[in-house]
Amino acid sequence: MDISSWDGTISLAEFHVAARALVEKWKRVSSASPPWSWVSCPKQPWVASHEVSVEGYLSLENIILVSIKEEHDELLSFPQKEETSCSDKEESIDIATLSQSDRDEICYYDLHIVYSASYRVPVLYFRVYYSDGEPLEFEDIKKHLPAHSAKTLLDSKWTFITQEEHPYLKRPWYKLHPCGTGEWMKLLFQGDVSLARNGAAIEVYLISWLSFVGQVVGLRIPYEMLNQL
Amino acid sequence: MMEAQKYVWEGAIPLQIHLHESEVTTLPPPLPALILAPRIGYLPLLIPHIKPHFNSTLPPGVDTVWFEYKGLPLKWYIPTGVLFDLLCVEPERPWNLTVHFRGYPGNILIPCEGEDSVKWSFINSLKEASYIINGNCKNVMNMSQPDQVELWHSVFNGNLEAYLKVSSKLKLGTAGHEYSANLNSGSFVSRQSTGDTDATGQVKTGRVPVRLYVWGVSEDFDDLEDAPQIDSWDKISYINRPVEIHGEEGKCFTLLDAVKSLLPEHFQYKSLTNEESSKEEGEDEQKVPSEEGGENLSEDVESCYPSDNAEVKLVRIQGIEPKLEIPFSWVVHNLMNPEHFLHICVCLKVSQVKIPSDG
Repeated sequence: MDISSWDGTISLAEFHVAARALVEKWKRVSSASPPWSWVSCPKQPWVASHEVSVEGYLSLENIILVSIKEEHDELLSFPQKEETSCSDKEESIDIATLSQSDRDEICYYDLHIVYSASYRVPVLYFRVYYSDGEPLEFEDIKKHLPAHSAKTLLDSKWTFITQEEHPYLKRPWYKLHPCGTGEWMKLLFQGDVSLARNGAAIEVYLISWLSFVGQVVGLRIPYEMLNQL
Repeated sequence: MMEAQKYVWEGAIPLQIHLHESEVTTLPPPLPALILAPRIGYLPLLIPHIKPHFNSTLPPGVDTVWFEYKGLPLKWYIPTGVLFDLLCVEPERPWNLTVHFRGYPGNILIPCEGEDSVKWSFINSLKEASYIINGNCKNVMNMSQPDQVELWHSVFNGNLEAYLKVSSKLKLGTAGHEYSANLNSGSFVSRQSTGDTDATGQVKTGRVPVRLYVWGVSEDFDDLEDAPQIDSWDKISYINRPVEIHGEEGKCFTLLDAVKSLLPEHFQYKSLTNEESSKEEGEDEQKVPSEEGGENLSEDVESCYPSDNAEVKLVRIQGIEPKLEIPFSWVVHNLMNPEHFLHICVCLKVSQVKIPSDG
């Protein structure tokens, strides 16, 4: 297995394999957290029902990422808010008292992982909204982002996080620009000797990618996810 | 070869822009603004020319400008010519659009902060094209500030000469014979690194940036004016996927090959090539143009009957309907937009069109 000649990118088929691996491992490792799920999408609005090759994306929705603005910007992921249960409502009130962000309101994230045919890497799309569903203004999102992300935004306003049309939902979503992904994925894998030796490298591709990219929005990956199979 | 590019850059759509009635506060209501919109340009860039026309009648408030055609909000990051080719199947001259200065539909359209938004959307597309062609965005990222400004201005002003001068530095190559048939679908670790091979970071990868806009119709139509109106973006499938060129010896990779490769579910890619696809009776056989000339471009569209039940009714690029046997490399080199993407509008006739439900 020759990592040195690999450019850090993956094919669509490999993305599907990696996505399945992420979903399964996440479910196993953090059963308390909301699960990543695969959302299938037909390629065209008129596609026949016997359509075999269907595209799709990974979805993690309705999660609360609470930022505790200490020196290290530790971020925790909380279970999703359930509207049916009264006890959960009380739980979300408890979460609110922990938050030291500027606004009193809790905000929710939807995270989607979509494959880019152009860059041949996964891309993170996300949405942030209040409990009534109203989306946050970009200025307010910035306040909720970890400090290092906010700074990067200042340096590269138009090229780091952009607002673009979600490839499947056709609505404006925020997107993390995939330009450098291939390069740092290659570095990530090169730097980890055990990864290079392990034949299941593609299965951990997305998990590794997410551990990196999730930091931008403050998603913490449970440590067990990163352990080798 | 320069001729076609020149025509593309000089191409413009005459627009007749009406202010939305809800924003007319004076009597008599203002006349519509008439303006020539460059094909390769973008609608928000026209705002400084349109606004003075309607300024005195606008209600108080902050401007959040957006355009709409027959109720459909127009995506500002799609080049004007592409919007026209796609939404105006039977070309309407002038093209009647409605402009709004208030009430931006932020749930449908990405926000636009004027020229800056358009410029960065352009640069990001250029980076994407560069990545597709060269395997990295280095050449675009390393552009000097003056070059970047010069590039954008050349597009803004429709100045082809200035554009060619600065864009040649980007070494974005041309599709076709230069591409090596080096693509494989092997496991990811066996794929060669497409990192720098020389100082400019130029690598031959055999991928061409293409943006395909496909809409399906279930009823056949002979005249364009009978074609159903697109009243929702949900009816259009937007495919942003590079065309992979497999350099087969002795075979020319045609425009039809390219379109089919992006729609595999409708066109099973067998050993049959376009010369075996059936042609409609009575249609004039036109000479396939050589690589050199572009003079024989025809308005006729050939109907192709692939193995599946889809039929290509229309392929429109930069306002023309090229013969589908034209070498794809010629099409790309001459008809691509300044950000190095080739935008292709395709109408497919399919046996059954499912009406999508709102997601």
